[in-house]
Amino acid sequence: MTGETKRRGVDRRQFIATGAAALGLGITGFPAVLRAEATPVKIGLIHPVSGFIAFSGTQCREGAQMAIADINAAGGIKSLGGAKLEAVLGDSQGKPEIGAAEVTKMVEGGIHGIVAGYASSISLATSQEAAKSNTPHVVDVGVSDQIVSRGLANTFRFSPGYGKIAQFAVDNLDKINQSAGSPAKTAMIIHEESLFGTGTAKLLSEKLPEKGIEVIEVIKHANPTRDFTNIVLQIKAKKPDLIIPANYYNEYVLLARTMRQQKVEAKGIYSVLGGAASSYKFVKEFPEAAEQIMDCNHWFDPTSDVALARKKAAEDKGLFYTYEVFLAYNAVAFLADAIERAGSTEKDAIIAAMAASTWDGHGMPYGPTKMVDGQNEGAQPVNTQVLNGDIEVIYPEEFASAKPVFPMTM
Amino acid sequence: MPDLAIIVPSLLNGLTTGALYALIALGLTLIYGVLHIINFAHGALLMVGLYAVWFLNTRLGIDPYVALLIVPPAMFVLGYGLQRGIIGRASHGRDENILLVTLGLSIVIENLALYFFRSDTRIVDTPYSFETVEFLGAFLPLPKVIAFFGALISAAALWLVMSKTDLGRAIRAIARERKGAQLVGINADHVYAMSFGLGIACLGVAACLLLPSYYVTPSVGHGFVLIAFTIVVLGGMGSFVGALIGGLIIGVVEALGGLFLGESLGQIGIFVIFILVLMFRPQGLLGHKV
Amino acid sequence: MRQLVILAVVFAFIAAAPAIITSEFTQNVIIMVLYAALLGQAWNILGGYGGQFSFGHAAYFGTGAYTVAVLQVQLGVNPWIGLVIGALFSMAVAAFIGFATFRYGLRGSYFALVTLAFAEVLRILSNSVGFTGAGVGILIPLAPGAANMQFETKTGFFFLIWVLTLSSFLVVWWIGHSRFGASLAAVRDNEDAARALGVNAFRVKMGAIMLSGLFSGLAGIFYAQYFLYLDPYIAYGPAISVESLLVPIIGGMGTLFGPLLGAAALHVVSEATRELIGDVPGISLALYGALLVVMVMFMPRGLAGLLARLGVRRRAASGEMPRA
Repeated sequence: MTGETKRRGVDRRQFIATGAAALGLGITGFPAVLRAEATPVKIGLIHPVSGFIAFSGTQCREGAQMAIADINAAGGIKSLGGAKLEAVLGDSQGKPEIGAAEVTKMVEGGIHGIVAGYASSISLATSQEAAKSNTPHVVDVGVSDQIVSRGLANTFRFSPGYGKIAQFAVDNLDKINQSAGSPAKTAMIIHEESLFGTGTAKLLSEKLPEKGIEVIEVIKHANPTRDFTNIVLQIKAKKPDLIIPANYYNEYVLLARTMRQQKVEAKGIYSVLGGAASSYKFVKEFPEAAEQIMDCNHWFDPTSDVALARKKAAEDKGLFYTYEVFLAYNAVAFLADAIERAGSTEKDAIIAAMAASTWDGHGMPYGPTKMVDGQNEGAQPVNTQVLNGDIEVIYPEEFASAKPVFPMTM
Repeated sequence: MPDLAIIVPSLLNGLTTGALYALIALGLTLIYGVLHIINFAHGALLMVGLYAVWFLNTRLGIDPYVALLIVPPAMFVLGYGLQRGIIGRASHGRDENILLVTLGLSIVIENLALYFFRSDTRIVDTPYSFETVEFLGAFLPLPKVIAFFGALISAAALWLVMSKTDLGRAIRAIARERKGAQLVGINADHVYAMSFGLGIACLGVAACLLLPSYYVTPSVGHGFVLIAFTIVVLGGMGSFVGALIGGLIIGVVEALGGLFLGESLGQIGIFVIFILVLMFRPQGLLGHKV
Repeated sequence: MRQLVILAVVFAFIAAAPAIITSEFTQNVIIMVLYAALLGQAWNILGGYGGQFSFGHAAYFGTGAYTVAVLQVQLGVNPWIGLVIGALFSMAVAAFIGFATFRYGLRGSYFALVTLAFAEVLRILSNSVGFTGAGVGILIPLAPGAANMQFETKTGFFFLIWVLTLSSFLVVWWIGHSRFGASLAAVRDNEDAARALGVNAFRVKMGAIMLSGLFSGLAGIFYAQYFLYLDPYIAYGPAISVESLLVPIIGGMGTLFGPLLGAAALHVVSEATRELIGDVPGISLALYGALLVVMVMFMPRGLAGLLARLGVRRRAASGEMPRA
């Protein structure tokens, strides 16, 4: 948890390298190695690695640590004499108050920047606490738009919020539908009951009718929901053209499994923020159930070599390349780029550099970074679809790797 | 207003889901209903059972139903050991301490699972995962139909053990009159541990029957604990038939509550029934007067 | 009297902390210890002194928290006024739950489970109605300033929680030395015997649950103002109910200082395991759980009981209300 434990743990490789160098150079070489090390830049990573959302928290941490390793391997922060980034890890246990306490602790330990949250509730607490000391804070995932609308000068979000995502989901669904001759006239929304599901469902049910798609039913379910048969029976009875789920992975698995058992037929399954077409794990475990499902979610740019190289690196580590991994990776890399340009670890300088960022080395379909009140305006989700057992991007066209198949052909 | 055509399938589904709840509650009615131990670790131990089934299936290729021969006995040993070695010893016979010890245990177990298995959602892929049985116009998932009959058999078996065996008689004697039972030579610690082990073995059975239609994560147990307590009280403390009927009722209430009030608000039905039963018939549906 | 002196000394000592300790992190730890002590003391009134084990104190905590938040966000009511209304609402919820359960004579584990069910009902309701923000939660807008109960420094929050916690301790001290307290102890030790002696058990238990609910509600109000965000799980989830009972049981049920000892011990243990183990997910919490078991094993009557046994402050621990 503390910087001290961390140094002992993570930098073992570095220690061995230093030791080997010392052995190779003999005693006289050792001080030289020490002198070459610039003061490390401390980056706090606060994620819910235990508790209910531990899976997502762990994925975030993995992504963030990969970014730090990559940046260090490429020579660290060059404007600071090749200073290395040093991860200071924190576990929020899924609770806002523990996340905030971690921030306080890290600020006292002399942290230079914080990447945190995953959940919106935790991101709200950590950014607010970091604001008290004006510590630069990047939110990695938290999709609530309240995070960046509170006027906290230190808080930035590199990825899109759910307002943007829902609007995008509606617009692109309309395009997909129209180019197929508007076969979809009705939709049913199945969403989880917390912030992201409820917020997304509300926006969707307001906006879909404007596109000529009637929302015939919105079903909210608890986390965990132990059985989805009831919900699926209602879907079967209402026969919507489109099924729009917005839920966490566990519930999504049960929902998808039950839809197959109950032989639900629809023209399309279109998840918003979470679903088969943005989960390599699901596609691997349920290849048949996943086929032709569409998602609107955070995703990397499949035409970018940077993104593909990172994906491969993550998969070589045995990770599923989920949105948590690349969003946290980019949150760290965005922060590091700002520190590089600031050429300083002064808080105001880093914040100013983040606000003025035009960074584009992210491999995301975002274009150059443009921060407005702490939100990256270029950030957007994409549409993906499972086609022949792989996840393809189908919209927007400039990033697409395949054409959408709609209505479903099975 | 929900479509009338789905009420029958929904009811049937509620019954099969309720049977799964009953399976989890059977072990609890023994531990809580007979021994009056409020076992906060019940959910965590269910999770252990589920991981055991998952592990046997994915690593050794053992079918979850074949695992019925392995997991429940192993869980029995675990339960016996926990009660004899930790819970009984640490609680000093005080209710509040039992509560804390089982709470502490659940934290330990859950976090060890997090450490060893990580937090990924694990499922088993069986040839029958997607099989359904058609009955009265409803497609019932085969694993849930099997679980339904499993629950009936388990309740009957437990009832037989409790009423026809020496162990059952000893458990009932201890539950009623601890001092008296000890006077006639019953080893109370041993009997407590046997009952706890038996209760946890039931969780092993539940795990084998649940996993083919569910998943496992380190925190999966939380979703079932409260339901299980509700069923135990509803059915009457220590009544196995009561637990079975209570489980079925809760399954149906959940199904209808979801249909008429919405899936999120519908959960309220379970707790309202629970509160009403406690107020007006605290001995439960099949329990004796308390 | 002796206890009152110790209480005054302890709280005076704590009050000096912000002047001595400049570390915001340590200040935050002290704030969270006082907050946990308040939660625990609230439970202790009903559970420790009244013998009624509640698993549902989140019902009062969440009501206080939501009241102050909803009043601010939906109606623009100042949180200082919200504090008074929230405390009253929490008390009213406690009165309702108490009436519904004690009226029907629910005791022991039945009482425990029914309180848990009430908290769950409130959680589900707060998740479904609009004015609480439902699943989206409710965010209190940032408006730093003592007038809005959003202090700019930790010291401000420190004194707020210090006052709230001290008031709960004073009330519990009074319980230990009043007729009401004696009746409560009699009901705890043997309700039927107490009745035979002319104690109105129902009224006594109602008094205890309302006081208990009041202080839980105050803890909830503090939480809302300190962290500014609530959702149904934070406010009415089982975690708060568990923390409420964990603190006084570890510290020593039915003792004045138990909740403070318990709150401090749990924070020390939790911080220590995190420092020791570092950041391997799971292991530090597993160790925390194991220490919990060990503490119960070796201190069956809590820390206060242990202190009493060791002869330290003999009266402090046993002077209140020896359990039968």
